[in-house]
Amino acid sequence: MFTIIGLMLMGMLLGFLLREKQLSWIHSIITYLIWILLFLLGIEVGSNEQIIKGLHSLGLEAILLTIGGTLGSVITAWALWKNIYKKKGQES
Amino acid sequence: MKGSLIIISFFILGTLCGLFELIPINIAETDISYYALCGLMFCVGISVGNDPQTLKNFRSLNPRLIFLPIMTILGTLAGSAIVSLILSHRSVSECLAIGSGFGYYSLSSIFITEYKGAELGTIALLANISREILTLLVAPLLVRWFGNLAPIAAGGATTMDTTLPIITQTAGQQFVVISIFHGFIVDFSVPFLVTLFCSI
Repeated sequence: MFTIIGLMLMGMLLGFLLREKQLSWIHSIITYLIWILLFLLGIEVGSNEQIIKGLHSLGLEAILLTIGGTLGSVITAWALWKNIYKKKGQES
Repeated sequence: MKGSLIIISFFILGTLCGLFELIPINIAETDISYYALCGLMFCVGISVGNDPQTLKNFRSLNPRLIFLPIMTILGTLAGSAIVSLILSHRSVSECLAIGSGFGYYSLSSIFITEYKGAELGTIALLANISREILTLLVAPLLVRWFGNLAPIAAGGATTMDTTLPIITQTAGQQFVVISIFHGFIVDFSVPFLVTLFCSI
Protein backbone atom coordinates (compact mmCIF):
# COMPACT_ATOMS: atom_id res chain seq x y z
CA MET A 1 0.00 0.00 0.00
CA PHE A 2 2.68 2.49 1.01
CA THR A 3 4.93 1.36 -1.84
CA ILE A 4 2.17 2.28 -4.28
CA ILE A 5 1.56 5.69 -2.69
CA GLY A 6 5.33 6.25 -2.59
CA LEU A 7 5.64 5.44 -6.30
CA MET A 8 2.88 7.90 -7.08
CA LEU A 9 4.61 10.63 -5.08
CA MET A 10 7.84 9.90 -6.98
CA GLY A 11 5.92 10.16 -10.24
CA MET A 12 4.45 13.48 -9.12
CA LEU A 13 7.93 14.81 -8.38
CA LEU A 14 9.20 13.61 -11.77
CA GLY A 15 6.20 15.12 -13.53
CA PHE A 16 6.75 18.39 -11.68
CA LEU A 17 10.44 18.47 -12.65
CA LEU A 18 9.49 17.84 -16.29
CA ARG A 19 6.67 20.39 -16.25
CA GLU A 20 8.26 22.36 -19.09
CA LYS A 21 7.67 19.37 -21.39
CA GLN A 22 4.28 18.32 -22.71
CA LEU A 23 3.80 14.71 -21.54
CA SER A 24 0.40 14.17 -23.16
CA TRP A 25 1.22 10.54 -24.09
CA ILE A 26 1.10 9.61 -20.39
CA HIS A 27 -2.71 9.58 -20.56
CA SER A 28 -2.66 6.86 -23.24
CA ILE A 29 -0.34 4.75 -21.09
CA ILE A 30 -2.71 5.18 -18.13
CA THR A 31 -5.62 4.00 -20.27
CA TYR A 32 -3.70 0.92 -21.50
CA LEU A 33 -2.65 0.02 -17.95
CA ILE A 34 -6.27 0.27 -16.76
CA TRP A 35 -7.24 -2.17 -19.53
CA ILE A 36 -4.45 -4.58 -18.52
CA LEU A 37 -5.46 -4.42 -14.85
CA LEU A 38 -9.13 -5.12 -15.60
CA PHE A 39 -8.08 -8.03 -17.82
CA LEU A 40 -5.97 -9.40 -14.96
CA LEU A 41 -8.80 -8.92 -12.45
CA GLY A 42 -11.05 -10.86 -14.86
CA ILE A 43 -8.54 -13.71 -15.01
CA GLU A 44 -8.41 -13.76 -11.22
CA VAL A 45 -12.21 -13.93 -10.96
CA GLY A 46 -12.55 -16.48 -13.77
CA SER A 47 -9.95 -18.84 -12.40
CA ASN A 48 -11.31 -18.67 -8.83
CA GLU A 49 -13.62 -21.68 -8.56
CA GLN A 50 -15.17 -20.40 -5.33
CA ILE A 51 -16.29 -17.16 -6.97
CA ILE A 52 -17.55 -18.80 -10.18
CA LYS A 53 -19.59 -21.38 -8.24
CA GLY A 54 -20.88 -18.68 -5.92
CA LEU A 55 -22.04 -16.54 -8.82
CA HIS A 56 -25.10 -18.73 -9.31
CA SER A 57 -26.45 -18.97 -5.76
CA LEU A 58 -25.11 -15.91 -3.95
CA GLY A 59 -24.45 -13.53 -6.81
CA LEU A 60 -27.87 -11.90 -6.76
CA GLU A 61 -27.69 -11.09 -3.05
CA ALA A 62 -24.21 -9.67 -3.55
CA ILE A 63 -25.29 -7.52 -6.50
CA LEU A 64 -28.25 -6.14 -4.54
CA LEU A 65 -25.98 -5.21 -1.64
CA THR A 66 -23.45 -3.66 -4.01
CA ILE A 67 -26.06 -1.52 -5.71
CA GLY A 68 -27.68 -0.54 -2.41
CA GLY A 69 -24.42 0.42 -0.71
CA THR A 70 -22.96 2.20 -3.72
CA LEU A 71 -26.14 4.10 -4.50
CA GLY A 72 -26.49 5.16 -0.84
CA SER A 73 -22.94 6.53 -0.74
CA VAL A 74 -23.34 8.25 -4.10
CA ILE A 75 -26.49 10.01 -2.90
CA THR A 76 -24.84 11.26 0.31
CA ALA A 77 -21.81 12.40 -1.71
CA TRP A 78 -24.16 14.21 -4.08
CA ALA A 79 -25.75 15.97 -1.09
CA LEU A 80 -22.29 17.10 0.10
CA TRP A 81 -21.40 18.19 -3.46
CA LYS A 82 -24.57 20.29 -3.69
CA ASN A 83 -23.94 21.71 -0.22
CA ILE A 84 -20.36 22.76 -1.03
CA TYR A 85 -20.74 24.07 -4.56
CA LYS A 86 -24.25 25.54 -4.51
CA LYS A 87 -23.01 28.63 -2.71
CA LYS A 88 -20.36 29.24 -5.33
CA GLY A 89 -23.01 29.07 -8.04
CA GLN A 90 -21.28 26.09 -9.65
CA GLU A 91 -24.00 23.57 -10.45
CA SER A 92 -22.73 19.95 -10.65
CA MET B 1 -19.47 5.39 -22.26
CA LYS B 2 -17.18 3.97 -24.95
CA GLY B 3 -14.37 3.90 -22.41
CA SER B 4 -16.50 1.89 -19.96
CA LEU B 5 -17.48 -0.60 -22.66
CA ILE B 6 -13.83 -1.19 -23.57
CA ILE B 7 -13.00 -1.68 -19.89
CA ILE B 8 -15.82 -4.21 -19.34
CA SER B 9 -14.79 -6.03 -22.52
CA PHE B 10 -11.29 -6.48 -21.15
CA PHE B 11 -12.73 -7.70 -17.85
CA ILE B 12 -15.03 -10.23 -19.55
CA LEU B 13 -12.20 -11.38 -21.83
CA GLY B 14 -10.06 -11.91 -18.73
CA THR B 15 -12.82 -13.82 -16.96
CA LEU B 16 -13.23 -16.15 -19.96
CA CYS B 17 -9.45 -16.68 -20.15
CA GLY B 18 -9.44 -17.55 -16.44
CA LEU B 19 -12.50 -19.77 -16.64
CA PHE B 20 -11.30 -21.85 -19.58
CA GLU B 21 -7.64 -21.71 -18.50
CA LEU B 22 -6.58 -20.20 -21.81
CA ILE B 23 -3.46 -18.74 -20.25
CA PRO B 24 -0.83 -21.39 -19.44
CA ILE B 25 0.54 -19.77 -16.29
CA ASN B 26 -1.62 -18.99 -13.27
CA ILE B 27 -1.65 -15.19 -13.31
CA ALA B 28 -3.65 -15.02 -10.07
CA GLU B 29 -0.66 -16.47 -8.24
CA THR B 30 1.87 -14.06 -9.74
CA ASP B 31 2.50 -10.46 -8.82
CA ILE B 32 1.91 -9.16 -12.37
CA SER B 33 -1.20 -7.19 -11.41
CA TYR B 34 0.66 -5.65 -8.48
CA TYR B 35 3.48 -4.45 -10.74
CA ALA B 36 0.96 -3.20 -13.31
CA LEU B 37 -0.74 -1.25 -10.52
CA CYS B 38 2.63 0.19 -9.41
CA GLY B 39 3.33 1.27 -13.00
CA LEU B 40 -0.13 2.77 -13.26
CA MET B 41 0.24 4.79 -10.06
CA PHE B 42 3.65 6.03 -11.18
CA CYS B 43 2.13 7.25 -14.46
CA VAL B 44 -0.79 8.84 -12.60
CA GLY B 45 1.76 10.62 -10.42
CA ILE B 46 3.61 11.93 -13.47
CA SER B 47 0.42 13.20 -15.07
CA VAL B 48 -0.64 14.93 -11.85
CA GLY B 49 2.80 16.49 -11.28
CA ASN B 50 3.09 17.54 -14.91
CA ASP B 51 -0.24 19.38 -14.89
CA PRO B 52 0.34 23.05 -14.00
CA GLN B 53 -3.26 23.21 -12.74
CA THR B 54 -2.63 20.72 -9.90
CA LEU B 55 -1.00 23.12 -7.46
CA LYS B 56 -3.62 25.76 -8.14
CA ASN B 57 -6.40 23.21 -7.57
CA PHE B 58 -4.82 21.95 -4.39
CA ARG B 59 -4.92 25.43 -2.91
CA SER B 60 -8.55 25.89 -3.86
CA LEU B 61 -9.62 22.57 -2.31
CA ASN B 62 -12.65 23.12 -0.12
CA PRO B 63 -11.95 22.18 3.54
CA ARG B 64 -15.49 20.84 3.87
CA LEU B 65 -14.47 17.94 1.60
CA ILE B 66 -12.98 16.23 4.67
CA PHE B 67 -16.58 15.16 5.45
CA LEU B 68 -16.67 13.01 2.31
CA PRO B 69 -15.46 9.75 3.99
CA ILE B 70 -18.18 10.14 6.65
CA MET B 71 -20.80 10.67 3.93
CA THR B 72 -19.57 7.55 2.13
CA ILE B 73 -19.74 5.42 5.27
CA LEU B 74 -23.21 6.67 6.31
CA GLY B 75 -24.62 6.40 2.79
CA THR B 76 -23.29 2.87 2.29
CA LEU B 77 -24.67 1.69 5.63
CA ALA B 78 -28.08 3.27 4.91
CA GLY B 79 -28.22 1.66 1.47
CA SER B 80 -27.18 -1.75 2.85
CA ALA B 81 -29.84 -1.50 5.59
CA ILE B 82 -32.53 -0.83 2.97
CA VAL B 83 -31.38 -3.83 0.90
CA SER B 84 -31.59 -6.02 4.04
CA LEU B 85 -35.37 -5.40 4.00
CA ILE B 86 -35.50 -7.12 0.59
CA LEU B 87 -33.20 -9.98 1.66
CA SER B 88 -35.58 -11.26 4.34
CA HIS B 89 -33.40 -14.25 5.28
CA ARG B 90 -30.42 -12.01 6.10
CA SER B 91 -30.31 -9.89 9.23
CA VAL B 92 -29.68 -6.15 9.12
CA SER B 93 -26.33 -6.54 10.89
CA GLU B 94 -25.18 -9.16 8.35
CA CYS B 95 -25.97 -6.80 5.49
CA LEU B 96 -24.27 -3.91 7.27
CA ALA B 97 -21.17 -6.07 7.81
CA ILE B 98 -21.00 -6.82 4.07
CA GLY B 99 -21.58 -3.16 3.20
CA SER B 100 -18.76 -2.18 5.58
CA GLY B 101 -16.28 -3.79 3.21
CA PHE B 102 -16.51 -0.61 1.05
CA GLY B 103 -14.92 -2.49 -1.85
CA TYR B 104 -12.04 -3.80 0.28
CA TYR B 105 -12.97 -7.37 -0.64
CA SER B 106 -9.91 -9.28 0.51
CA LEU B 107 -9.99 -8.09 4.11
CA SER B 108 -13.77 -7.89 4.59
CA SER B 109 -14.44 -11.37 3.17
CA ILE B 110 -11.74 -12.89 5.38
CA PHE B 111 -13.20 -11.21 8.47
CA ILE B 112 -16.78 -12.17 7.64
CA THR B 113 -15.84 -15.77 6.79
CA GLU B 114 -14.12 -15.94 10.16
CA TYR B 115 -17.07 -14.54 12.14
CA LYS B 116 -20.11 -15.65 10.16
CA GLY B 117 -19.05 -18.55 7.93
CA ALA B 118 -18.07 -19.13 4.32
CA GLU B 119 -21.46 -18.44 2.78
CA LEU B 120 -21.69 -14.88 4.04
CA GLY B 121 -17.96 -14.52 3.39
CA THR B 122 -18.51 -15.40 -0.27
CA ILE B 123 -21.32 -12.85 -0.57
CA ALA B 124 -18.99 -10.26 0.99
CA LEU B 125 -16.29 -11.15 -1.54
CA LEU B 126 -18.66 -10.91 -4.51
CA ALA B 127 -20.41 -7.76 -3.27
CA ASN B 128 -17.16 -5.92 -2.62
CA ILE B 129 -15.41 -7.02 -5.82
CA SER B 130 -18.44 -5.89 -7.76
CA ARG B 131 -18.38 -2.55 -5.96
CA GLU B 132 -14.87 -1.98 -7.28
CA ILE B 133 -15.81 -3.15 -10.77
CA LEU B 134 -19.04 -1.12 -10.74
CA THR B 135 -17.08 2.01 -9.79
CA LEU B 136 -14.57 1.46 -12.60
CA LEU B 137 -17.37 0.93 -15.09
CA VAL B 138 -19.87 3.65 -14.21
CA ALA B 139 -17.53 6.41 -12.95
CA PRO B 140 -18.19 8.62 -16.01
CA LEU B 141 -21.95 8.28 -15.58
CA LEU B 142 -21.75 8.95 -11.83
CA VAL B 143 -19.94 12.23 -12.49
CA ARG B 144 -22.61 13.26 -14.96
CA TRP B 145 -25.56 12.34 -12.73
CA PHE B 146 -24.35 12.91 -9.16
CA GLY B 147 -21.44 15.34 -9.39
CA ASN B 148 -17.68 14.95 -9.20
CA LEU B 149 -17.61 13.46 -5.70
CA ALA B 150 -19.82 10.50 -6.66
CA PRO B 151 -17.10 8.20 -8.10
CA ILE B 152 -14.99 8.80 -4.97
CA ALA B 153 -17.88 7.77 -2.69
CA ALA B 154 -18.66 4.76 -4.90
CA GLY B 155 -15.01 3.66 -4.83
CA GLY B 156 -15.12 3.39 -1.03
CA ALA B 157 -11.87 2.03 0.37
CA THR B 158 -10.29 1.61 -3.07
CA THR B 159 -9.99 5.31 -3.97
CA MET B 160 -6.33 5.51 -2.91
CA ASP B 161 -5.19 2.76 -5.29
CA THR B 162 -7.23 0.76 -7.80
CA THR B 163 -9.99 3.26 -8.58
CA LEU B 164 -7.79 6.38 -8.25
CA PRO B 165 -6.84 6.51 -11.97
CA ILE B 166 -10.46 6.38 -13.15
CA ILE B 167 -11.40 9.04 -10.58
CA THR B 168 -8.69 11.41 -11.78
CA GLN B 169 -9.82 10.80 -15.36
CA THR B 170 -13.54 11.31 -14.74
CA ALA B 171 -13.81 13.73 -11.79
CA GLY B 172 -10.59 15.60 -12.57
CA GLN B 173 -7.06 15.73 -11.20
CA GLN B 174 -7.98 18.35 -8.62
CA PHE B 175 -9.72 15.54 -6.70
CA VAL B 176 -6.63 13.33 -6.38
CA VAL B 177 -5.79 14.60 -2.89
CA ILE B 178 -9.32 14.18 -1.50
CA SER B 179 -9.54 10.77 -3.19
CA ILE B 180 -6.40 9.47 -1.43
CA PHE B 181 -7.50 10.98 1.89
CA HIS B 182 -10.97 9.43 1.46
CA GLY B 183 -9.53 5.99 0.60
CA PHE B 184 -7.22 6.11 3.60
CA ILE B 185 -9.98 6.93 6.12
CA VAL B 186 -12.54 4.47 4.69
CA ASP B 187 -9.87 1.76 4.41
CA PHE B 188 -8.98 2.26 8.05
CA SER B 189 -12.64 1.94 9.13
CA VAL B 190 -13.19 -1.45 7.42
CA PRO B 191 -11.81 -3.82 10.11
CA PHE B 192 -13.53 -1.90 12.90
CA LEU B 193 -16.97 -1.64 11.29
CA VAL B 194 -16.97 -5.23 9.96
CA THR B 195 -16.06 -6.56 13.42
CA LEU B 196 -18.70 -4.35 15.04
CA PHE B 197 -21.54 -5.52 12.78
CA CYS B 198 -20.49 -9.16 12.96
CA SER B 199 -20.60 -9.09 16.75
CA ILE B 200 -24.07 -7.50 17.04
